[in-house]
Amino acid sequence: MNTSVNLAGVTLKNPVLTASGTFGSGMEYSEFVDLNRLGGVVTKGVAVTPWEGNPTPRVAETTGGMLNAIGLQNPGLDVFLQRDMPFLQKFDTRIVVNVCGHSEEEYVEAVARLADSPADLLEINISCPNVKEGGIAFGTNAAKIEEITRAVKRVAKQPVIMKLSPNVTDITEMALAAQNGGADAVSLINTITGMKIDINRRTFALANKTGGLSGPAIKPVAVRMVYQVAQKVSIPILGMGGIACAEDAIEFLMAGATAVSVGTANFHNPRVTEEIVAGIESYMTRNRVEDINELIGCVK
Amino acid sequence: MKQYRDAEVISAEQLAEGIYSVVLQAGEIAAQALSGQFVCVYSDDKAHLLPRPISICDTDREAGTLRLVYRVVGFGTDELSRKKAGDYVRILGPIGTGYEQVAEGAERPVRVLIGGGIGIPPMLLLAKEWSEAGYEVHTVLGFRNRDTFLLHDFWKYGYVHIATDDGSVGVHGTVVDAIREEKIITSDNAFTALIAACGPMPMLRGVANLAKEQGVPAYISLEERMACGVGACLGCIVKTRDVDEHSHVHNKRICTEGPVFNVKDLML
Repeated sequence: MNTSVNLAGVTLKNPVLTASGTFGSGMEYSEFVDLNRLGGVVTKGVAVTPWEGNPTPRVAETTGGMLNAIGLQNPGLDVFLQRDMPFLQKFDTRIVVNVCGHSEEEYVEAVARLADSPADLLEINISCPNVKEGGIAFGTNAAKIEEITRAVKRVAKQPVIMKLSPNVTDITEMALAAQNGGADAVSLINTITGMKIDINRRTFALANKTGGLSGPAIKPVAVRMVYQVAQKVSIPILGMGGIACAEDAIEFLMAGATAVSVGTANFHNPRVTEEIVAGIESYMTRNRVEDINELIGCVK
Repeated sequence: MKQYRDAEVISAEQLAEGIYSVVLQAGEIAAQALSGQFVCVYSDDKAHLLPRPISICDTDREAGTLRLVYRVVGFGTDELSRKKAGDYVRILGPIGTGYEQVAEGAERPVRVLIGGGIGIPPMLLLAKEWSEAGYEVHTVLGFRNRDTFLLHDFWKYGYVHIATDDGSVGVHGTVVDAIREEKIITSDNAFTALIAACGPMPMLRGVANLAKEQGVPAYISLEERMACGVGACLGCIVKTRDVDEHSHVHNKRICTEGPVFNVKDLML
Protein backbone atom coordinates (compact mmCIF):
# COMPACT_ATOMS: atom_id res chain seq x y z
CA MET A 1 0.00 0.00 0.00
CA ASN A 2 1.36 3.46 -0.87
CA THR A 3 0.33 6.33 1.39
CA SER A 4 2.99 8.80 0.29
CA VAL A 5 2.07 11.92 -1.62
CA ASN A 6 4.03 14.66 -3.32
CA LEU A 7 3.25 18.14 -2.08
CA ALA A 8 4.95 20.78 -4.23
CA GLY A 9 7.96 18.55 -4.88
CA VAL A 10 8.28 17.33 -1.29
CA THR A 11 7.45 13.70 -0.55
CA LEU A 12 5.31 13.20 2.55
CA LYS A 13 5.09 9.66 3.99
CA ASN A 14 1.36 10.18 4.33
CA PRO A 15 -0.96 13.11 3.71
CA VAL A 16 -1.63 13.95 7.37
CA LEU A 17 -0.12 17.14 8.77
CA THR A 18 -0.98 19.36 11.70
CA ALA A 19 -2.68 22.73 11.27
CA SER A 20 -0.70 25.82 12.16
CA GLY A 21 -1.39 27.26 15.59
CA THR A 22 -2.98 24.15 17.05
CA PHE A 23 0.14 22.04 17.56
CA GLY A 24 2.85 24.47 18.71
CA SER A 25 6.07 23.16 17.25
CA GLY A 26 5.12 19.61 18.12
CA MET A 27 6.85 19.46 21.49
CA GLU A 28 3.73 19.57 23.66
CA TYR A 29 1.92 16.93 21.62
CA SER A 30 4.92 14.59 21.32
CA GLU A 31 3.84 13.22 24.71
CA PHE A 32 0.71 11.83 23.01
CA VAL A 33 1.64 11.37 19.35
CA ASP A 34 4.61 9.70 17.65
CA LEU A 35 5.57 12.57 15.37
CA ASN A 36 7.39 10.07 13.13
CA ARG A 37 3.95 8.77 12.12
CA LEU A 38 2.88 12.12 10.63
CA GLY A 39 3.40 13.34 7.10
CA GLY A 40 4.52 16.64 8.51
CA VAL A 41 4.26 19.16 11.31
CA VAL A 42 3.08 22.64 10.38
CA THR A 43 4.40 24.96 13.06
CA LYS A 44 2.63 27.78 14.83
CA GLY A 45 3.09 30.99 12.86
CA VAL A 46 6.43 32.66 13.43
CA ALA A 47 7.45 36.24 12.63
CA VAL A 48 10.80 38.02 12.53
CA THR A 49 10.27 39.49 16.02
CA PRO A 50 8.26 38.21 19.02
CA TRP A 51 4.52 39.08 19.03
CA GLU A 52 2.60 39.53 22.31
CA GLY A 53 -0.77 38.49 20.89
CA ASN A 54 -4.23 39.58 22.06
CA PRO A 55 -5.73 40.03 25.54
CA THR A 56 -7.77 37.19 27.06
CA PRO A 57 -10.28 35.62 26.67
CA ARG A 58 -8.64 34.36 23.49
CA VAL A 59 -10.80 31.30 22.90
CA ALA A 60 -14.49 30.44 23.10
CA GLU A 61 -16.37 27.27 22.37
CA THR A 62 -19.21 27.27 19.86
CA THR A 63 -21.48 24.43 18.77
CA GLY A 64 -19.32 22.07 16.73
CA GLY A 65 -16.36 24.40 16.80
CA MET A 66 -14.50 27.18 18.51
CA LEU A 67 -13.47 30.78 18.02
CA ASN A 68 -9.93 31.95 18.58
CA ALA A 69 -8.23 35.31 18.62
CA ILE A 70 -4.77 34.44 19.90
CA GLY A 71 -3.30 37.28 17.87
CA LEU A 72 -0.42 35.19 16.49
CA GLN A 73 1.61 35.31 19.70
CA ASN A 74 5.03 33.88 18.86
CA PRO A 75 8.56 34.01 20.28
CA GLY A 76 10.14 35.31 17.08
CA LEU A 77 12.33 33.62 14.51
CA ASP A 78 15.59 33.54 16.53
CA VAL A 79 14.07 31.46 19.33
CA PHE A 80 12.20 29.33 16.82
CA LEU A 81 15.39 28.47 14.95
CA GLN A 82 17.40 27.79 18.12
CA ARG A 83 14.82 25.87 20.12
CA ASP A 84 11.94 24.55 18.02
CA MET A 85 13.64 23.64 14.77
CA PRO A 86 16.28 21.36 16.39
CA PHE A 87 13.47 19.60 18.26
CA LEU A 88 11.55 18.89 15.05
CA GLN A 89 14.71 17.72 13.27
CA LYS A 90 14.90 14.77 15.64
CA PHE A 91 11.86 13.24 13.94
CA ASP A 92 11.37 11.60 10.60
CA THR A 93 8.64 13.98 9.48
CA ARG A 94 8.46 17.00 7.21
CA ILE A 95 8.85 20.44 8.77
CA VAL A 96 6.49 23.07 7.42
CA VAL A 97 7.18 26.49 8.90
CA ASN A 98 4.20 28.82 9.00
CA VAL A 99 5.25 32.44 8.53
CA CYS A 100 3.39 35.58 9.53
CA GLY A 101 4.12 39.27 9.13
CA HIS A 102 2.68 42.75 9.54
CA SER A 103 4.04 43.95 6.21
CA GLU A 104 5.41 42.60 2.94
CA GLU A 105 8.93 43.38 4.21
CA GLU A 106 8.41 41.28 7.33
CA TYR A 107 7.26 38.27 5.30
CA VAL A 108 10.25 38.61 2.97
CA GLU A 109 12.71 38.94 5.84
CA ALA A 110 11.33 35.88 7.62
CA VAL A 111 11.37 33.77 4.45
CA ALA A 112 14.93 34.91 3.63
CA ARG A 113 16.12 33.95 7.11
CA LEU A 114 14.48 30.54 6.79
CA ALA A 115 16.10 29.88 3.42
CA ASP A 116 19.07 27.96 4.81
CA SER A 117 17.15 26.38 7.69
CA PRO A 118 16.06 22.71 7.72
CA ALA A 119 12.46 23.68 6.85
CA ASP A 120 11.07 21.46 4.07
CA LEU A 121 8.23 23.77 3.11
CA LEU A 122 7.00 27.24 4.04
CA GLU A 123 3.37 28.13 4.58
CA ILE A 124 2.64 31.84 4.38
CA ASN A 125 -0.21 33.06 6.56
CA ILE A 126 -1.66 35.98 4.65
CA SER A 127 -4.57 36.40 7.05
CA CYS A 128 -2.39 38.59 9.29
CA PRO A 129 -3.42 42.23 9.68
CA ASN A 130 -1.65 44.59 7.27
CA VAL A 131 -0.53 47.31 9.66
CA LYS A 132 0.16 49.85 6.90
CA GLU A 133 -3.39 49.56 5.59
CA GLY A 134 -5.39 49.77 8.80
CA GLY A 135 -5.16 46.11 9.77
CA ILE A 136 -7.06 44.65 6.82
CA ALA A 137 -5.88 41.10 6.15
CA PHE A 138 -3.51 40.82 3.17
CA GLY A 139 -5.35 37.69 2.07
CA THR A 140 -8.57 39.42 1.07
CA ASN A 141 -7.09 41.24 -1.92
CA ALA A 142 -6.03 39.25 -5.01
CA ALA A 143 -3.50 41.81 -6.24
CA LYS A 144 -1.87 41.92 -2.80
CA ILE A 145 -1.70 38.10 -2.68
CA GLU A 146 0.04 37.97 -6.04
CA GLU A 147 2.48 40.69 -4.97
CA ILE A 148 3.39 39.02 -1.65
CA THR A 149 3.72 35.62 -3.31
CA ARG A 150 6.10 37.05 -5.89
CA ALA A 151 8.12 38.83 -3.20
CA VAL A 152 8.55 35.78 -0.96
CA LYS A 153 9.25 33.47 -3.91
CA ARG A 154 12.17 35.70 -4.89
CA VAL A 155 14.00 34.87 -1.64
CA ALA A 156 12.59 31.44 -0.73
CA LYS A 157 14.68 28.30 -1.15
CA GLN A 158 11.85 25.98 -0.08
CA PRO A 159 8.56 25.47 -1.89
CA VAL A 160 6.03 28.10 -0.81
CA ILE A 161 2.44 27.34 0.18
CA MET A 162 0.15 30.37 0.35
CA LYS A 163 -2.53 29.90 3.06
CA LEU A 164 -5.81 31.35 1.88
CA SER A 165 -8.54 33.04 3.87
CA PRO A 166 -12.15 31.94 3.31
CA ASN A 167 -13.37 35.44 4.22
CA VAL A 168 -13.60 36.50 0.58
CA THR A 169 -16.27 36.54 -2.12
CA ASP A 170 -14.49 34.10 -4.43
CA ILE A 171 -11.62 32.04 -3.05
CA THR A 172 -10.70 30.70 -6.50
CA GLU A 173 -9.68 34.24 -7.49
CA MET A 174 -7.28 34.31 -4.51
CA ALA A 175 -5.90 30.86 -5.37
CA LEU A 176 -5.29 31.95 -8.97
CA ALA A 177 -3.54 35.09 -7.74
CA ALA A 178 -1.21 32.94 -5.60
CA GLN A 179 -0.57 30.65 -8.57
CA ASN A 180 0.17 33.64 -10.82
CA GLY A 181 2.60 34.97 -8.21
CA GLY A 182 4.52 31.70 -8.41
CA ALA A 183 3.17 29.81 -5.38
CA ASP A 184 4.11 26.14 -5.30
CA ALA A 185 0.89 25.21 -3.48
CA VAL A 186 -2.06 26.74 -1.67
CA SER A 187 -3.51 25.75 1.69
CA LEU A 188 -7.13 26.31 2.61
CA ILE A 189 -9.13 27.19 4.50
CA ASN A 190 -7.95 29.44 7.28
CA THR A 191 -10.61 30.19 9.92
CA ILE A 192 -13.91 31.91 9.14
CA THR A 193 -14.41 35.18 11.02
CA GLY A 194 -17.08 34.87 13.68
CA MET A 195 -18.40 36.34 16.91
CA LYS A 196 -19.93 35.08 20.13
CA ILE A 197 -21.67 37.13 22.78
CA ASP A 198 -21.66 36.15 26.44
CA ILE A 199 -25.26 36.92 27.43
CA ASN A 200 -24.51 36.68 31.16
CA ARG A 201 -21.73 39.26 31.05
CA ARG A 202 -23.42 41.22 28.21
CA THR A 203 -20.18 41.45 26.31
CA PHE A 204 -18.15 39.66 23.65
CA ALA A 205 -16.92 36.17 24.50
CA LEU A 206 -13.52 37.13 23.06
CA ALA A 207 -11.57 40.19 24.17
CA ASN A 208 -10.84 40.83 20.48
CA LYS A 209 -14.64 40.86 19.78
CA THR A 210 -14.21 38.72 16.63
CA GLY A 211 -12.25 35.52 16.16
CA GLY A 212 -11.60 32.73 13.72
CA LEU A 213 -14.12 29.89 13.66
CA SER A 214 -12.67 26.40 13.29
CA GLY A 215 -13.74 22.83 13.96
CA PRO A 216 -16.28 20.42 12.43
CA ALA A 217 -18.81 23.26 11.98
CA ILE A 218 -16.78 24.68 9.08
CA LYS A 219 -15.92 21.41 7.32
CA PRO A 220 -18.57 21.52 4.56
CA VAL A 221 -17.50 25.07 3.66
CA ALA A 222 -13.87 23.95 3.53
CA VAL A 223 -14.59 20.89 1.38
CA ARG A 224 -16.57 23.05 -1.05
CA MET A 225 -13.76 25.60 -1.30
CA VAL A 226 -11.07 22.93 -1.77
CA TYR A 227 -13.17 21.43 -4.54
CA GLN A 228 -13.72 24.78 -6.27
CA VAL A 229 -10.03 25.71 -6.07
CA ALA A 230 -8.99 22.28 -7.34
CA GLN A 231 -11.07 22.90 -10.48
CA LYS A 232 -9.25 26.18 -11.16
CA VAL A 233 -5.57 25.79 -10.26
CA SER A 234 -2.83 23.40 -11.34
CA ILE A 235 -0.74 23.63 -8.14
CA PRO A 236 -1.40 21.20 -5.26
CA ILE A 237 -3.72 21.96 -2.35
CA LEU A 238 -3.16 21.40 1.37
CA GLY A 239 -6.74 21.10 2.64
CA MET A 240 -8.02 21.85 6.12
CA GLY A 241 -11.06 22.97 8.06
CA GLY A 242 -12.76 20.82 10.69
CA ILE A 243 -11.03 17.50 10.03
CA ALA A 244 -11.63 15.29 13.07
CA CYS A 245 -11.32 11.72 11.73
CA ALA A 246 -9.95 9.68 8.82
CA GLU A 247 -13.25 9.88 6.94
CA ASP A 248 -13.08 13.69 7.04
CA ALA A 249 -9.49 13.63 5.74
CA ILE A 250 -10.50 11.34 2.87
CA GLU A 251 -13.31 13.75 1.90
CA PHE A 252 -10.71 16.50 1.46
CA LEU A 253 -8.47 14.24 -0.63
CA MET A 254 -11.39 13.29 -2.87
CA ALA A 255 -12.31 16.96 -3.24
CA GLY A 256 -8.83 17.61 -4.60
CA ALA A 257 -6.44 18.12 -1.68
CA THR A 258 -3.03 16.42 -1.96
CA ALA A 259 -2.60 16.49 1.82
CA VAL A 260 -4.54 17.69 4.85
CA SER A 261 -3.93 19.54 8.10
CA VAL A 262 -5.66 18.59 11.34
CA GLY A 263 -6.21 21.44 13.79
CA THR A 264 -8.97 21.96 16.32
CA ALA A 265 -9.49 18.19 16.68
CA ASN A 266 -6.18 18.03 18.57
CA PHE A 267 -7.84 19.96 21.39
CA HIS A 268 -10.54 17.33 21.79
CA ASN A 269 -8.23 14.36 21.40
CA PRO A 270 -4.45 14.90 21.63
CA ARG A 271 -3.86 11.60 19.83
CA VAL A 272 -6.15 12.35 16.89
CA THR A 273 -3.49 12.94 14.20
CA GLU A 274 -1.98 9.49 14.64
CA GLU A 275 -5.46 7.96 14.75
CA ILE A 276 -6.27 9.63 11.42
CA VAL A 277 -3.12 8.16 9.82
CA ALA A 278 -4.16 4.69 11.01
CA GLY A 279 -7.77 5.29 9.91
CA ILE A 280 -6.73 6.22 6.38
CA GLU A 281 -4.66 3.03 6.15
CA SER A 282 -7.56 0.91 7.29
CA TYR A 283 -9.92 2.65 4.81
CA MET A 284 -7.43 1.82 2.04
CA THR A 285 -7.23 -1.83 3.13
CA ARG A 286 -11.02 -2.16 3.38
CA ASN A 287 -11.55 -0.57 -0.02
CA ARG A 288 -8.55 -2.20 -1.74
CA VAL A 289 -6.91 1.15 -2.53
CA GLU A 290 -3.30 0.38 -3.53
CA ASP A 291 -2.14 3.97 -3.85
CA ILE A 292 -3.55 6.92 -1.96
CA ASN A 293 -2.98 9.11 -5.03
CA GLU A 294 -5.96 7.32 -6.64
CA LEU A 295 -8.17 9.16 -4.15
CA ILE A 296 -6.85 12.68 -4.75
CA GLY A 297 -9.40 14.64 -6.73
CA CYS A 298 -11.30 11.48 -7.67
CA VAL A 299 -14.62 13.29 -7.24
CA LYS A 300 -15.05 15.67 -10.17
CA MET B 1 3.61 12.37 32.31
CA LYS B 2 0.10 13.47 31.37
CA GLN B 3 -2.48 10.80 30.60
CA TYR B 4 -5.53 10.98 28.34
CA ARG B 5 -8.01 8.33 29.43
CA ASP B 6 -11.49 7.36 30.48
CA ALA B 7 -12.06 7.47 34.23
CA GLU B 8 -14.86 5.61 36.00
CA VAL B 9 -17.16 7.58 38.28
CA ILE B 10 -16.93 6.06 41.78
CA SER B 11 -19.38 8.44 43.42
CA ALA B 12 -21.10 11.72 42.65
CA GLU B 13 -23.07 14.13 44.84
CA GLN B 14 -24.39 17.65 45.03
CA LEU B 15 -22.81 19.74 47.80
CA ALA B 16 -24.66 23.05 47.49
CA GLU B 17 -26.71 25.02 44.97
CA GLY B 18 -24.89 24.44 41.65
CA ILE B 19 -21.86 22.84 43.36
CA TYR B 20 -21.11 19.19 42.68
CA SER B 21 -18.50 16.65 43.74
CA VAL B 22 -17.33 13.63 41.74
CA VAL B 23 -14.79 10.95 42.64
CA LEU B 24 -13.07 9.32 39.66
CA GLN B 25 -10.98 6.18 39.36
CA ALA B 26 -8.05 7.79 37.57
CA GLY B 27 -5.08 5.45 38.24
CA GLU B 28 -1.77 7.11 37.43
CA ILE B 29 -3.33 10.57 37.17
CA ALA B 30 -4.37 10.36 40.82
CA ALA B 31 -1.04 8.85 41.83
CA GLN B 32 0.89 11.74 40.28
CA ALA B 33 -1.46 14.65 41.03
CA LEU B 34 -0.10 17.51 43.13
CA SER B 35 -2.05 20.22 44.93
CA GLY B 36 -2.83 23.12 42.62
CA GLN B 37 -2.85 20.99 39.47
CA PHE B 38 -5.97 20.37 37.42
CA VAL B 39 -7.45 17.96 34.91
CA CYS B 40 -9.19 18.59 31.61
CA VAL B 41 -12.65 17.04 31.43
CA TYR B 42 -14.09 16.32 27.98
CA SER B 43 -17.75 16.22 27.01
CA ASP B 44 -19.27 13.08 25.51
CA ASP B 45 -20.97 15.33 22.95
CA LYS B 46 -18.91 15.76 19.77
CA ALA B 47 -20.38 19.23 19.26
CA HIS B 48 -18.65 20.42 22.46
CA LEU B 49 -14.99 20.05 21.68
CA LEU B 50 -13.01 21.90 24.28
CA PRO B 51 -11.96 20.44 27.59
CA ARG B 52 -13.20 21.95 30.86
CA PRO B 53 -10.26 22.63 33.16
CA ILE B 54 -11.26 21.54 36.70
CA SER B 55 -8.98 21.79 39.71
CA ILE B 56 -8.08 18.75 41.76
CA CYS B 57 -9.80 18.95 45.15
CA ASP B 58 -8.41 15.79 46.70
CA THR B 59 -6.67 12.53 45.84
CA ASP B 60 -6.29 9.09 47.32
CA ARG B 61 -3.03 7.90 45.81
CA GLU B 62 -3.36 4.33 47.01
CA ALA B 63 -6.90 3.93 45.73
CA GLY B 64 -5.99 5.86 42.55
CA THR B 65 -8.96 8.18 42.96
CA LEU B 66 -9.34 11.84 42.26
CA ARG B 67 -12.00 14.16 43.67
CA LEU B 68 -13.25 17.11 41.64
CA VAL B 69 -15.58 19.74 43.07
CA TYR B 70 -16.98 22.11 40.49
CA ARG B 71 -19.74 24.58 39.74
CA VAL B 72 -22.21 23.93 36.93
CA VAL B 73 -21.72 26.87 34.57
CA GLY B 74 -22.55 25.46 31.15
CA PHE B 75 -23.03 22.44 28.96
CA GLY B 76 -19.93 20.48 29.98
CA THR B 77 -20.27 20.84 33.73
CA ASP B 78 -24.02 20.19 33.50
CA GLU B 79 -23.31 16.95 31.65
CA LEU B 80 -20.71 16.00 34.27
CA SER B 81 -23.20 16.68 37.08
CA ARG B 82 -25.55 14.07 35.59
CA LYS B 83 -22.97 11.28 35.71
CA LYS B 84 -23.57 8.44 38.15
CA ALA B 85 -21.34 5.78 39.69
CA GLY B 86 -20.26 3.39 36.94
CA ASP B 87 -20.35 6.02 34.17
CA TYR B 88 -17.14 7.10 32.46
CA VAL B 89 -15.59 10.52 31.89
CA ARG B 90 -12.73 11.28 29.48
CA ILE B 91 -9.99 13.24 31.24
CA LEU B 92 -6.46 14.50 30.64
CA GLY B 93 -4.05 15.16 33.45
CA PRO B 94 -2.50 15.93 35.76
CA ILE B 95 -1.90 19.36 34.25
CA GLY B 96 0.11 22.37 35.26
CA THR B 97 2.53 23.52 37.89
CA GLY B 98 0.99 23.41 41.36
CA TYR B 99 2.06 24.44 44.85
CA GLU B 100 5.17 22.26 44.71
CA GLN B 101 6.86 25.40 43.34
CA VAL B 102 6.49 27.18 46.71
CA ALA B 103 10.08 27.90 47.62
CA GLU B 104 9.51 28.96 51.23
CA GLY B 105 9.69 26.38 54.01
CA ALA B 106 9.75 26.24 57.80
CA GLU B 107 10.73 29.91 58.08
CA ARG B 108 7.14 30.71 57.11
CA PRO B 109 5.07 28.24 59.14
CA VAL B 110 1.81 30.25 59.15
CA ARG B 111 0.03 29.15 55.97
CA VAL B 112 -3.01 31.18 55.02
CA LEU B 113 -5.08 29.40 52.38
CA ILE B 114 -7.72 31.59 50.77
CA GLY B 115 -10.53 30.29 48.60
CA GLY B 116 -13.39 32.23 47.05
CA GLY B 117 -16.44 30.47 45.58
CA ILE B 118 -15.39 27.77 43.16
CA GLY B 119 -11.77 28.65 44.02
CA ILE B 120 -12.30 26.85 47.33
CA PRO B 121 -11.93 23.18 46.22
CA PRO B 122 -8.22 23.25 45.18
CA MET B 123 -7.33 24.56 48.64
CA LEU B 124 -8.41 21.28 50.25
CA LEU B 125 -5.55 19.09 49.00
CA LEU B 126 -3.13 21.88 49.85
CA ALA B 127 -4.55 22.23 53.39
CA LYS B 128 -4.12 18.50 53.83
CA GLU B 129 -0.51 18.54 52.56
CA TRP B 130 0.52 21.58 54.60
CA SER B 131 -1.13 20.40 57.81
CA GLU B 132 0.59 17.01 57.40
CA ALA B 133 3.87 18.88 56.86
CA GLY B 134 3.34 20.45 60.29
CA TYR B 135 2.45 24.00 59.25
CA GLU B 136 -0.15 26.13 61.06
CA VAL B 137 -2.94 26.10 58.48
CA HIS B 138 -5.59 28.83 58.40
CA THR B 139 -8.17 28.41 55.70
CA VAL B 140 -10.19 31.49 54.82
CA LEU B 141 -13.24 30.68 52.71
CA GLY B 142 -15.47 33.18 50.94
CA PHE B 143 -19.06 32.23 50.11
CA ARG B 144 -22.03 34.21 48.78
CA ASN B 145 -24.30 33.14 51.65
CA ARG B 146 -25.01 30.34 54.12
CA ASP B 147 -25.08 27.78 51.30
CA THR B 148 -21.52 26.65 52.12
CA PHE B 149 -19.64 23.52 51.07
CA LEU B 150 -16.56 21.45 52.02
CA LEU B 151 -16.46 22.89 55.58
CA HIS B 152 -16.37 19.44 57.17
CA ASP B 153 -13.41 18.56 54.99
CA PHE B 154 -11.47 21.71 55.84
CA TRP B 155 -12.10 21.36 59.59
CA LYS B 156 -9.80 18.33 59.53
CA TYR B 157 -6.87 20.53 58.57
CA GLY B 158 -6.36 23.47 60.90
CA TYR B 159 -8.35 26.65 61.54
CA VAL B 160 -11.24 27.61 59.27
CA HIS B 161 -12.45 31.20 58.86
CA ILE B 162 -15.50 32.17 56.83
CA ALA B 163 -16.60 35.33 55.04
CA THR B 164 -19.97 35.71 53.32
CA ASP B 165 -21.18 38.42 50.95
CA ASP B 166 -24.48 38.70 52.86
CA GLY B 167 -23.06 38.25 56.37
CA SER B 168 -25.19 35.15 57.04
CA VAL B 169 -22.14 33.17 58.23
CA GLY B 170 -18.83 34.40 59.59
CA VAL B 171 -17.49 37.82 58.69
CA HIS B 172 -19.78 40.04 56.61
CA GLY B 173 -17.57 40.94 53.65
CA THR B 174 -14.67 39.57 51.67
CA VAL B 175 -11.95 37.09 52.57
CA VAL B 176 -9.57 40.03 52.98
CA ASP B 177 -12.01 41.59 55.48
CA ALA B 178 -12.01 38.29 57.40
CA ILE B 179 -8.21 38.18 57.47
CA ARG B 180 -8.13 41.69 58.95
CA GLU B 181 -11.02 41.29 61.39
CA GLU B 182 -9.87 37.94 62.71
CA LYS B 183 -6.24 39.14 62.78
CA ILE B 184 -5.00 36.13 60.82
CA ILE B 185 -2.16 38.12 59.30
CA THR B 186 -0.96 41.10 61.34
CA SER B 187 2.22 43.15 61.41
CA ASP B 188 3.30 40.89 64.30
CA ASN B 189 3.21 37.60 62.42
CA ALA B 190 3.52 38.71 58.78
CA PHE B 191 7.18 37.71 58.64
CA THR B 192 6.18 34.09 59.38
CA ALA B 193 3.19 33.93 57.00
CA LEU B 194 2.65 32.69 53.46
CA ILE B 195 -0.50 33.02 51.35
CA ALA B 196 -2.04 30.63 48.81
CA ALA B 197 -5.22 31.75 47.08
CA CYS B 198 -7.72 30.76 44.40
CA GLY B 199 -10.88 32.58 43.44
CA PRO B 200 -12.35 35.28 41.22
CA MET B 201 -10.00 37.97 39.89
CA PRO B 202 -11.31 40.83 42.12
CA MET B 203 -10.62 38.64 45.17
CA LEU B 204 -7.14 37.74 43.89
CA ARG B 205 -6.35 41.42 43.35
CA GLY B 206 -7.44 42.13 46.94
CA VAL B 207 -5.25 39.29 48.19
CA ALA B 208 -2.31 40.56 46.11
CA ASN B 209 -2.68 44.02 47.66
CA LEU B 210 -2.83 42.58 51.16
CA ALA B 211 0.24 40.44 50.51
CA LYS B 212 2.15 43.44 49.22
CA GLU B 213 1.08 45.65 52.10
CA GLN B 214 2.14 43.03 54.70
CA GLY B 215 5.22 41.84 52.81
CA VAL B 216 3.91 38.28 52.68
CA PRO B 217 4.76 35.98 49.77
CA ALA B 218 1.62 34.91 47.89
CA TYR B 219 0.95 32.18 45.37
CA ILE B 220 -2.29 32.35 43.45
CA SER B 221 -4.08 29.91 41.19
CA LEU B 222 -5.61 31.32 38.00
CA GLU B 223 -8.45 30.25 35.78
CA GLU B 224 -8.88 31.04 32.08
CA ARG B 225 -10.67 29.75 29.00
CA MET B 226 -8.53 26.99 27.54
CA ALA B 227 -8.40 25.07 24.28
CA CYS B 228 -5.57 22.53 24.23
CA GLY B 229 -4.67 22.19 27.92
CA VAL B 230 -1.11 21.16 27.02
CA GLY B 231 0.62 24.46 26.28
CA ALA B 232 0.38 24.44 22.49
CA CYS B 233 -2.45 26.82 21.57
CA LEU B 234 -1.54 29.85 23.74
CA GLY B 235 -5.24 30.42 24.49
CA CYS B 236 -4.82 30.76 28.27
CA ILE B 237 -2.17 33.29 29.10
CA VAL B 238 -1.54 35.75 31.90
CA LYS B 239 0.46 38.95 31.52
CA THR B 240 3.78 38.85 33.34
CA ARG B 241 6.09 41.52 34.69
CA ASP B 242 9.14 40.15 32.90
CA VAL B 243 9.65 38.53 29.53
CA ASP B 244 8.83 34.84 29.93
CA GLU B 245 11.50 32.27 29.23
CA HIS B 246 9.28 30.15 27.02
CA SER B 247 7.12 32.66 25.16
CA HIS B 248 9.79 35.40 24.90
CA VAL B 249 7.00 37.94 25.43
CA HIS B 250 5.20 39.12 28.61
CA ASN B 251 2.88 36.11 28.69
CA LYS B 252 2.95 32.88 30.65
CA ARG B 253 0.73 29.90 29.83
CA ILE B 254 -1.74 29.26 32.66
CA CYS B 255 -1.97 25.57 31.71
CA THR B 256 1.78 24.98 31.74
CA GLU B 257 3.76 27.52 33.78
CA GLY B 258 0.62 27.84 35.98
CA PRO B 259 -2.12 27.63 37.08
CA VAL B 260 -0.25 28.50 40.30
CA PHE B 261 1.96 31.58 40.11
CA ASN B 262 3.96 33.67 42.50
CA VAL B 263 1.91 36.87 42.54
CA LYS B 264 5.02 39.06 42.26
CA ASP B 265 5.62 37.72 38.72
CA LEU B 266 2.21 38.76 37.38
CA MET B 267 0.50 41.91 36.06
CA LEU B 268 -2.98 41.49 37.53
